[in-house]
Amino acid sequence: MSIITTNNLHKIYDETIVPVYAVNGISLEFDKGEFTAIIGPSGCGKTTLLNLIGGLDQPTKGEVIIDGTNITQLKQTEIIDFRLKNIGFVFQAYNLIPVLTAKENIEFIMQLQGIPKKDRDKRVIDLLEAVGLKDRMNNRPSELSGGQQQRVAVARALASKPKFVLADEPTANLDSKSTNNLLDIMLKLNEVEGTTFIFSTHDSRVMQRAHRLISLEDGKVQQDQKIK
Amino acid sequence: MNTILKMAWRNIWRNKRRTILMMLSIFIAVVLSLFTRSMQKGTYANMIANTVKLSTGYIQIHKKGYWDNKSINETFVETTKLRNLLSGDKNLTLTLPRLESFALASSGKHTKGAVIIGTNPKLEDSLNHYSKKIIKGKYFKSNDKAVLVSDKLAEFLQLSVDDTLVLIGQGYHGITAAAKYPIKGIFHFPIPQLDNQLILMPLKESQYFYAAPNRITSISLMLNNPGNEDKTIIMLRGKLGNNYEVMPWQDMNREMVQAIESDNVGGIIMIAILYMVIGFGVFGTVMMMTMERRKEFAIMIAVGMKKTKLLTMVVWETVFIGIVAILAGLLVTYPLLLYLFYHPIPLTGDLASYMIAFGAEPILPFSLEPNIFIIQTISVIIISIIAVLYPLSVLLRFNVLKAMRS
Ligand SMILES: Nc1ncnc2c1ncn2[C@@H]1O[C@H](COP(=O)(O)OP(=O)(O)OP(=O)(O)O)[C@@H](O)[C@H]1O
Ligand SMILES: [Mg+2]
Repeated sequence: MSIITTNNLHKIYDETIVPVYAVNGISLEFDKGEFTAIIGPSGCGKTTLLNLIGGLDQPTKGEVIIDGTNITQLKQTEIIDFRLKNIGFVFQAYNLIPVLTAKENIEFIMQLQGIPKKDRDKRVIDLLEAVGLKDRMNNRPSELSGGQQQRVAVARALASKPKFVLADEPTANLDSKSTNNLLDIMLKLNEVEGTTFIFSTHDSRVMQRAHRLISLEDGKVQQDQKIK
Repeated sequence: MNTILKMAWRNIWRNKRRTILMMLSIFIAVVLSLFTRSMQKGTYANMIANTVKLSTGYIQIHKKGYWDNKSINETFVETTKLRNLLSGDKNLTLTLPRLESFALASSGKHTKGAVIIGTNPKLEDSLNHYSKKIIKGKYFKSNDKAVLVSDKLAEFLQLSVDDTLVLIGQGYHGITAAAKYPIKGIFHFPIPQLDNQLILMPLKESQYFYAAPNRITSISLMLNNPGNEDKTIIMLRGKLGNNYEVMPWQDMNREMVQAIESDNVGGIIMIAILYMVIGFGVFGTVMMMTMERRKEFAIMIAVGMKKTKLLTMVVWETVFIGIVAILAGLLVTYPLLLYLFYHPIPLTGDLASYMIAFGAEPILPFSLEPNIFIIQTISVIIISIIAVLYPLSVLLRFNVLKAMRS
């Protein structure tokens, strides 16, 4: 059973005279528990596709269906709420709220969801342990390394037990050691919690560890291969 | 909600120097305006107190219609009932009955119109300290058959102590009033227009002179708390009924009301300008604070924070800055003003001698009127609201993707 379906998805930017087909007819299905990398050259439409799936962007044509809900038909306020409850996000940078500590950053999403304090505390500690940052939980993002920040971001994305996590080049700013470390953690969470991950990357070492590789070119799916 | 407040509070300290500068500018505006307003209001109150002492008191009771034609025929009898009614009120510190009218004062070839005030020497002195204004002769007593004459009038009539003054006027119901009085003392009255026409007479004697036994034209009232004037007036009007008119000094001394009002408006404009300058500064800084954080806001919204929550956070940031600044301003200024309220700044030089001559203490008094503090607080709140309008409008039109790309 797929949890995400995109049907003939288009995103066209009418830049002056020449239209840009950022996403040009993409139909894909993602199953629960996937660990999928979206790859392709710069400008091929990775970010645009992820934004469409995450409801951050509106398609020009086509639809995105998440667990039976056609999110392209949701209102602006409904979609924020939908994201909060169903989708975890990890961005390339500036993920964390600078004035909150690692622990508070993770807890914040759960607070927005209205999860009671007692449940939050346990979940936050578990997640911090899972990303190996329990001893840094009272530090603010500026006191953490880039890799540590991204690990907190992953923990935060998972905090509310979303249906899936979207990550746009989560390792782009990391060195290889931190990159490996982050991927280890993501894979572990994928195994242990069964979390679905869909992420974009340029990095061949990251691609190697994905279970499914979707490569895009000019807004179209060029190749879609299952590795494991 | 708690976290929103926490974030707002921490956000304002991300750029400590900028926040402190912003707070400091509001703080200075608050301190300056509290200080100047307190001084202005204090000076007005002092001016009013000094002026009403010399003239009408805060409130005057007349027979209905007296004020419009000031005729000796519009007099009334100060009954025991009336006296009891007034002595029962705690806010009245002094009730002074007077019989005031006009007469021609003459001596030899010189004649001049004069204002004759029949009054109670003891009470009058406790209010106006005439006994200290006597420059020749002695102050009078209530059973004297003599008068006190103001300095310039005596000079014009070429009279001195113990000389005889002739008074001719119109008494009650058209009876001719004419008499001769020895001059017991000559006093200097601080208002020049009155110094050349004032004559003081014991109340009893003036009633005899005007053939108006027991009648008076006014009762002047001094108040414990001039701020309670309105209440006292309403109370008196209710009790006295339609045969009397109860007038506040504002109705009897329009010139002073206008002088104070125009000065007050000047003060308000100064402060409004000060606040506008400060307001622009705060507006610009808050705008910068918002622009710098567009990416951050975008990610917060992307991960599921509602715009309304974000708006709340930004509003709180400004509110916190305003609150800290105004609290600091109040905390610093209030004790200072409290001290100055009890220890007004003494004046020296020409201004001081002018004030002494006017019969006022040569001081720069301060006011602790709650309004002064309330208005400054409201002003800062308004500045904060205006300053936060721009970030709010930015956030309302906020485009997450655009912000993330920038
Ligand atoms: N707001 C926009 N207006 C116009 N064109 C846009 C806009 N956003 C993206 N594009 C264009 O759409 C295409 C796809 O962009 P996208 O950001 O999805 O690429 P990407 O695969 O994520 O690239 P990268 O690997 O560099 O991040 C690009 O040609 C880009 O210039
Ligand atoms: Mg991209």
